[in-house]
Amino acid sequence: MAYIIEMLDIVKDFPGIRANDNVTLQVEQGSIHALLGENGAGKSTLMSILFGLYTPDSGSIRIRGEDVRIADPNVANELGIGMVHQHFKLVHNFTVTENIILGLEPHKGLVLDIRHAAAKVAELSKLYGLDVDPYAKIEDISVGMQQRVEILKMLYRDAEMLIFDEPTAVLTPQEIHELMGIMRRLVEEGKTIILITHKLKEIKEVADTCTVLRRGKLIGTVPVAGTSEARMAEMMVGREVSFTVDKGPYSPGDVVLEIKDLCVRNNKNLMAVKSLDLQIRRGEILGLCGIDGNGQTEFIQALTGLAKIESGSVIINGHDITHLPVRQRLDRGLGHIPEDRQRFGLILDFKLDENLVIHSYGQPPYSHYGVLDFSAIRKNADRLIKEFDVRAGRGPATFARSMSGGNQQKAILAREIDRSPEAFIIAQPTRGLDVGAIEYIHKRIVAERDKGKAILLISLELDEILDVSDRIAVIYGGEIVGVVDADKTDENELGLMMSGSIRKAV
Amino acid sequence: MASTIDKVARRRKVLVPFVAVALGFILGSIVVLLTGKNPLLMFNAIIRGLTGIDIARGGFNPRHIGELVIQAMPIILTGLSVGFAFRTGLFNIGAEGQLMLGSLAATAVALTVKAPAFIHIPLIMVAGMGAGAAWGAIPGFLKARFNVHEVVVTIMLNYTALHINNWAILNVFKSVDRVKTAEFPASALLKDQWLADLTNGSRLNWGFIPVILAVIAFWFILEKTTFGFSLRAVGFNKDGAKYAGMKVNRNIVMSMVIAGAFAGLAGAIITTGTFSFGRTLSAAEGYGFDGIAVALVGMTQAPGILLAGLLFGVLKSAGPLMQSAGIPREIGGIIQASIVMFVAMKLGIERILDFAKGKLARKTAETTMDDTEEARV
Repeated sequence: MAYIIEMLDIVKDFPGIRANDNVTLQVEQGSIHALLGENGAGKSTLMSILFGLYTPDSGSIRIRGEDVRIADPNVANELGIGMVHQHFKLVHNFTVTENIILGLEPHKGLVLDIRHAAAKVAELSKLYGLDVDPYAKIEDISVGMQQRVEILKMLYRDAEMLIFDEPTAVLTPQEIHELMGIMRRLVEEGKTIILITHKLKEIKEVADTCTVLRRGKLIGTVPVAGTSEARMAEMMVGREVSFTVDKGPYSPGDVVLEIKDLCVRNNKNLMAVKSLDLQIRRGEILGLCGIDGNGQTEFIQALTGLAKIESGSVIINGHDITHLPVRQRLDRGLGHIPEDRQRFGLILDFKLDENLVIHSYGQPPYSHYGVLDFSAIRKNADRLIKEFDVRAGRGPATFARSMSGGNQQKAILAREIDRSPEAFIIAQPTRGLDVGAIEYIHKRIVAERDKGKAILLISLELDEILDVSDRIAVIYGGEIVGVVDADKTDENELGLMMSGSIRKAV
Repeated sequence: MASTIDKVARRRKVLVPFVAVALGFILGSIVVLLTGKNPLLMFNAIIRGLTGIDIARGGFNPRHIGELVIQAMPIILTGLSVGFAFRTGLFNIGAEGQLMLGSLAATAVALTVKAPAFIHIPLIMVAGMGAGAAWGAIPGFLKARFNVHEVVVTIMLNYTALHINNWAILNVFKSVDRVKTAEFPASALLKDQWLADLTNGSRLNWGFIPVILAVIAFWFILEKTTFGFSLRAVGFNKDGAKYAGMKVNRNIVMSMVIAGAFAGLAGAIITTGTFSFGRTLSAAEGYGFDGIAVALVGMTQAPGILLAGLLFGVLKSAGPLMQSAGIPREIGGIIQASIVMFVAMKLGIERILDFAKGKLARKTAETTMDDTEEARV
């Protein structure tokens, strides 16, 4: 069997931790090879070594059977290795072509030869079914398209081996589906792909082989076809993972959160939420699903006081909170886990303990007469860190910025659950998290429901909505197009409602 | 792992300004060498400015210490002003104008109120702070209410303040010689014969007490109070602060008000300490811009601003001493400018520090990178 990439017995140490411990990765030419592992398992380190960003402490790398030393990314490029980064590196006011040729601009004499480059871009785009307009500006195209530009950048540089770093984290379900198609097409044309991910479904869908890492160690390499998702999850996490969420019986109580005829405008001043009605009862989880950009963000922000409400009302336990500022909404029993945890949920340059009192710093015991009591703040953090198993290098004094995504989310969850809100708005709680963290967060959300809280769960992940919710509302074009019981529906029906094809009476 | 990184990162953050200062002095020495003089004379002048001790010729003159304090006081305060606004995410380019209005208000109270010194002086300080605060509130309000950029507003208000000051000195306080008002009564002055005698006839005055109080207040408000907590939160992440229920707009206004008060206090201290009368100004005196430099070099931390203010103070006060040693006094300005430049070249300096520390440091930097990468996931 011809391996195009071989990384043999790679060891990489960082101060205090062995990021890669004798890891071997062998990738066959023309295959899609998944690299699976939780956050911090050493996937990124291994790929950074292959891409020449780090040098390994020991071990060897062979490309097409030849020993190589990849000292920097330029060497990797020359060997035909390209990386599609998770966070795109594009100039937003440049066109697609201009971005692609950046660094190796073709020229005729002193003049930049854009037309020739654009023709080549169009040709590549057609060959791989990418459907990219070479003259479109980056700022005008969707995130999915931007990712394709990143792919084209690699193809333009004649990359034979493409590393995709968590490519689906930023995509909508449709875009993910299209990306899978593109990856298959690339392999058909003889490219080799390494897919870094922690999403088992994607591996199942496209990958041929899967290598699993856990805490820097190689756990194994398995053929995807003969391995179940459960088995791969177990290899990744090191224990059995339950995919189904255990819930107590559904016994809804009184209406806690009532939304009546709500209208909200978006930042382009268009109506993004139109006459929306919803009721959420004590002891139930209402899942809200829909394709990204159908008014979810505006809806969440209107409920939580971050955006202005045009008309309609929001009522918690009989109190009208429609026009109250954020703080007073929180005081009335609203809880909020924001969809963008780094933008809203945390002050990244604050320490963990400060982040955990971000709502309550003004009250005793965290402050007295306007002066902060840091020992009380520290004690609170110690308690929450223990209770919610938040892992942070320096404990309460860790800056939120240096924590992993999963632990950032756990910290937010800990803070919000600890406030014990009556009406809990939870948006995208597991976006970008690994299986273990997802399992934990779902368990805590369900525990809140069983305690009798009213929970509104907004998610783009259909599986999450189906697993966790009691009832499911579907939003399309800013309107609720249907509310169904979670155990009486399936992905198909929801998918049709999400695309606006069918409506179902509320 | 994270603990060593945090520690290294923090130590480096503190180290950068010190390295920048050292590089500034090295560059200054090179310039002195280029003019054909001995850089040691420059350092001698600076040490004289700092300690009053003349190593080259022997002798001790405490007057230099007094002059250093006089130079440092206003720029520490404008440094606090700029730094305070910066911690809330605002660029206060208007410390100069806030200072001028503080100075004008101090003049007004000094000339119109009759009271014993222990009432008169605090009243003057409060008036200076109040006027500066009011002047700072304008850009704060415009930013909070209409999202007008504070840099534009504060720059324009600097000119407005200059002309209000000159108009008032000439028309309200009837300046006879078109330069200054009547002398203030003794009860209004921070000057003190005892302090002057102690420092061999320097202009040292009691102004340093409110300056020290201001430094402590800066630190206490930002680091210890709930108000400072919310200010810092707004400075780091406005959306996050809003999500947490903090009053972002009120904080923006309050931050500018307090920043203005620091600058206004500087004006009051200059007017009743260094001078004893209100003055017309032909142009801005540069305290505002010095404040930006001081805040930057001081890393917008109270102790840092205090040290940076003293450093820039000594570079100013050593100017005449350099000149008397045959070294152009502009060298002080060159050193100041290059320190600011080197601080701005923070990344470059970090690179140099890494290089100096060799492999270990490089590894750590890499893990930091790796960490942020993981954090993004």
